[in-house]
This record gives sequence, C-alpha cells and structure tokens, in this order.
Amino acid sequence: MRLGARWAEDGPQAGYFPFYIALLVCISAAVNFAMALTNRADAGRDFVEREKLRLVAAVLVPAAIYVGAIGWTGIYVASAVFIAFFMRWLGKYAWWKVAAVSVGTMVAFFLIFEMWFKVPLPKGPLEELLGLG
Amino acid sequence: MDELQALAHGFAVALSFKNLALMLVGIVLGVIIGVLPGLGGANGVAILLPLTFSMAQSPGGTTSAIILLSCIYWGALFGGAITSILFNIPGEPWSVATTFDGYPLAQQGRAGNALTAAFTSSFVGALVAVIVITFLSPVVAKFALEFGPPEFFAVYLLTFCAFVGMSKEPPFKTLASMMLGFALAAVGTDPVTGALRLTFGTEKLLNGFDFLVAVIGLFGIGEILLTLEEGLEFKGARARINLRVVLDTWKELPRYWLTSLRASAVGCFMGIVPGGATPASFMSYGVARRFSPNGERFGTGQLEGVVAPETAAHAAGTSALLPMLTLGVPGSPTAAVLLGGLLIWGLQPGPLLFVEQKDFVWGLIASMYLGNIAGLVVVLTCVPAFAAILRIPFSVIAPVIVVICAIGSYTVHNSIFDVWMMVVFGVAGYAFKKLAYPLAPLVLAIVLGDRAEASFRQAMLVSQGDLTVFFENGLVGTMTGLALALLFWPLAAWALGRMRSR
Repeated sequence: MRLGARWAEDGPQAGYFPFYIALLVCISAAVNFAMALTNRADAGRDFVEREKLRLVAAVLVPAAIYVGAIGWTGIYVASAVFIAFFMRWLGKYAWWKVAAVSVGTMVAFFLIFEMWFKVPLPKGPLEELLGLG
Repeated sequence: MDELQALAHGFAVALSFKNLALMLVGIVLGVIIGVLPGLGGANGVAILLPLTFSMAQSPGGTTSAIILLSCIYWGALFGGAITSILFNIPGEPWSVATTFDGYPLAQQGRAGNALTAAFTSSFVGALVAVIVITFLSPVVAKFALEFGPPEFFAVYLLTFCAFVGMSKEPPFKTLASMMLGFALAAVGTDPVTGALRLTFGTEKLLNGFDFLVAVIGLFGIGEILLTLEEGLEFKGARARINLRVVLDTWKELPRYWLTSLRASAVGCFMGIVPGGATPASFMSYGVARRFSPNGERFGTGQLEGVVAPETAAHAAGTSALLPMLTLGVPGSPTAAVLLGGLLIWGLQPGPLLFVEQKDFVWGLIASMYLGNIAGLVVVLTCVPAFAAILRIPFSVIAPVIVVICAIGSYTVHNSIFDVWMMVVFGVAGYAFKKLAYPLAPLVLAIVLGDRAEASFRQAMLVSQGDLTVFFENGLVGTMTGLALALLFWPLAAWALGRMRSR
C-alpha cells in the first residue's frame, strides 16, 4: 500500500494495477478452485503418478545442481558433466560414448558461441588453464 | 500499386547471397527445432536471438537478423507436422490437430501422402497469409499512425480480451494465467513514475523479469519435464517420400480447395486477432469436419483432416506478424519474441516502421515468400533426415536441450540469475501444462503488460482521469466495445447454453 494503490487526480498511481491484478488473480483462483471441486470428471485422478514423478525429479534435481555449478566451473564444464551424468545414469551408455558425446557437444558449442557469434559464456578454472578464458 | 513496387524493392533486399544463405540456415534450424521436443518456435527463436546481437549492428544487418529468425519460425511451423504424423507426438502445440488424421494415415502406410499434404497445405496457408500481409499491413499502418494512447490501449485491451473470449481453455484459467503475466510484468520499475514495485527489496528484481527467459523456461524446460513422463523412447512410423508419392498427393489435393480456402480464412483471422496458431488449427479442423461431405470419417485418416489444421496453423502463424509489424502488438508468443528482437536491435515496432524502415519491412515480407518456398523444398526432400533426429535416444537429447536452454537464457543478459529463473519458470510451465492452464496469455501479458499500463496511464493523464476517453470517438469506442464483448462472450455463451437446455 506504500505505493499508493488508489486513483489519484490524474489517473491511477503506481500501485493501482498491481493491486487489482492481485485481486483478479485471487478471484480467478477461487473460481477455478470451486470449478475443480464441482467437476467430478477429474476426481480421483492424481496430479502425477509416483513413478512419473520420479522421472521428472530425475531431471529436475540434476538440472538444479547443474545451474548451481555453472557459477564456479563455468558453463562448458558443468554442461559436459551434466550430459555425461544423464547418458550414463539414465541411458546406460558405454563410457567412451558418454565422453564422446558430452565433450564433442561442448566443443561444438564453444566454436559456435565464442568463435562464430562472439558471444562470451561463463568460464571457470579449466578454461583459464587452457588459456581460453 | 505502391505495395507491388515496395515488394519488388523488398525482393531486391532479400535476394542477396547472404540473406538467401541465412534463410536456408534458418529453415533447417527451424525444422530441427520443430522436431525436437522441448524446443519450439517461441523458445527456439528466443534462444537464438542473442546470437543476432552482433549481426544486427552491421548496416542492413537487422534485415538479415529478422530473416534468420523468421525463417526459424517458418521452419518450426513445418517441422511440427513431421512428428505429429510419424510419431503421434505433436512437436508443436499447433500440430496437435494434425495428429488426429495424420497418424492414422501413417499407420496405414500412407505417411508420405500425409506429410506431402501437410507441407503443401502449410505452404498454401502461409502464402495466403503473406499476401494478406503484403496488401493489408500498409493500410493498417497508415491508419495506426493516427493512434494516440487511448487507441493503443484499446488495441491492447482487444488483444487480452480476445484471449479470454476465444481460447479453448476455461475463461477463468486464461484470466488467471494472464493476470500472473501482468503481475510478473509489473515487477521492477514503474514505466510512468519510475517508482519501484514488487521487488521485495532485492536488487536482482530491479529490472523485472525478462520474457525471453520466461519463454525459454515455460516452453523449453516445462516441455522436457512433460515429455519425460511419457517415457524415454519414441516409436514411430517410417517415412519415405519420393517424387511419385508427392505427385500423387498433389493430384488429390485440388479436390480440397474449399477446405483450404476456409482454413486459410480461419487462420488469417485468428492470427490477426491474437488467437494464435493453436486455436486456429483446432477451429479449422472442427469447421472442416462439419462442412466436409465425408466429415464423419474424420479421425480415421483423411487427407482433408490433415489439410485443414495445417493450412490454418500456418496462415495464423504467419499473419500473427501483421499486428506485430503494424501496431507493435504480437499475435502469438513467437511473434512476441520477434518483437522483443526488434526492440533489442533498436527498432521501434509499430506504424512508423513502414515509414522509416522500408528496407527492413519489405525485405522481411519478401523473405516470407522466399522462405516458405525454400521451406517446402527443404522439408519435402529431407524428411527422413529430420525424422532420424527423433531416433536419437531421449537420454542424450534431453540434457543437450537443457544445456541449450541454459545457454540461451544466460546470453539474454549475461546473468546466471536468469538461468535460475529459467528453471523456476520451467517448473511453473510444467505445472501449468498439467493443470491445463494456457501459457500463451501469460507470455503475452509479460511482453505487453508494461506497455499496456503505460498507454492506459498516458491516456488518463491526458483526460485527467476520465474513463470516458475510451469511448470518445468512433474508432476507440468500437475497439473498446468489441473488447468488452469478447471478454464477456464466454459468459453469454454459457447463459445461452443454459437457456437452450431448458
């Protein structure tokens, strides 16, 4: 309310729209909730089954760790490890295939982004070691 | 015939070697994006947008950049049909309706015919829409030059109300998703007074949320999570297209001229009024089923049932660029991303574009003709190659797509915080999809929220807080009235239904 959610002399103040938007969100949420309660067709249907949720979490958790890792290892190393982890754990590929795909993809991305389009991406210790950072 | 002269000039711009090469690259990339799960027109263009920053700085570079990005869009529109027909997995939301008849055809061993019909009718739909753009957009732009803040707000209002009135999801779900988009758009600096809003005291939210990051997360990560639920394998029909199949199908297609005419009309209408390609394809499928002489056999593998949604989806997807170019109001999420690109390159979308940036506008329109011809040739000749992409196991392709999305959202502002936001938006997108909330209104609200609010408040400043300014003259009054009518349309339809059932 500090922003002034009212209608001033010359039209709405800064907080006017956010306030009414929030109000509309609440109203439509309430209506949708009521509709979901009265709609019997969906009753007894789970949001996700346990097995499927496991699969979804299997991507989401590593993805979150991956994003956290970008900050200190740079995007290339983190991505390579992420792809390798995925292929090994979910795909059960042989190690040489895992290494070839993960490193190969990152080298290709490096060439495309840094060399061709000149877009710098976050780099970490490894790139500095190689003298690329 | 000013338009034809301008168009000829546009062809001269688009027909340079560099632009033709970019067109081809764009189409191929676009089809790949359209085939891959989790990458679609909207987020594919959003991810590649930062790559054009340096390109756009050279003279004439903005035209090349928009040609590249728009061709990715055309490619994605073509690519969606491949997965729908061969794998029964719609690669894009607008090709869901194509699965109804496309997949049965593939099961009967007529995948080649279905694909040819889909690509050809896509091309026809796009062509009709481009012709509409060529002749209608200069008129609309000229008209819109006279617009003031009240008129622009009325256009925005019409856009938002059209979503509520025309989407196939329940209106309150559309409303909720749209309002969340507005709330996200309001974060950061207030466009009129510069006051800070909804930042909760953190510096990271000072600039608000970037919709490009939202698009990448909502459509990209959300889609990956959803696809994972289906399992890790894709099973599909084999595709072989040879010249004989193509010619046979082309012989059969003229029979459905009425269907494609209707579908093009539906598509152009839904594209210009921001309904977007997805509802257009469903609507066109429904219309075709009702009016076709063998409508009751739809769903069992009728070529007509492929023609109708594909024509409409392409017509809508293409004509969504008309309001984007002339009014600065995008008709679809992908058009919104292209609009974001224009802003980043330093072009102001809207009626002035047609006066100040003739090379750009007409180069783009000419490239639409050329790009769609190139697209048709590329997809007809390379279908097996594109279908092979889907045979790459998901455990390889999924992490690569996540990495691409992460790189894409990082490059928007070079900030790792954006990558986090992408993950959050991804989870939100997954939940939205599961609960059948539409995503398009949310994205458009994030894009247009600030500008709609600014034009509303400017109008209020002019009129001293008098709301009747929105009914002041015939033009703005009609638009506001139409918007309100669309907004309350679901309510009226519900009441009518009630009365009839009594």
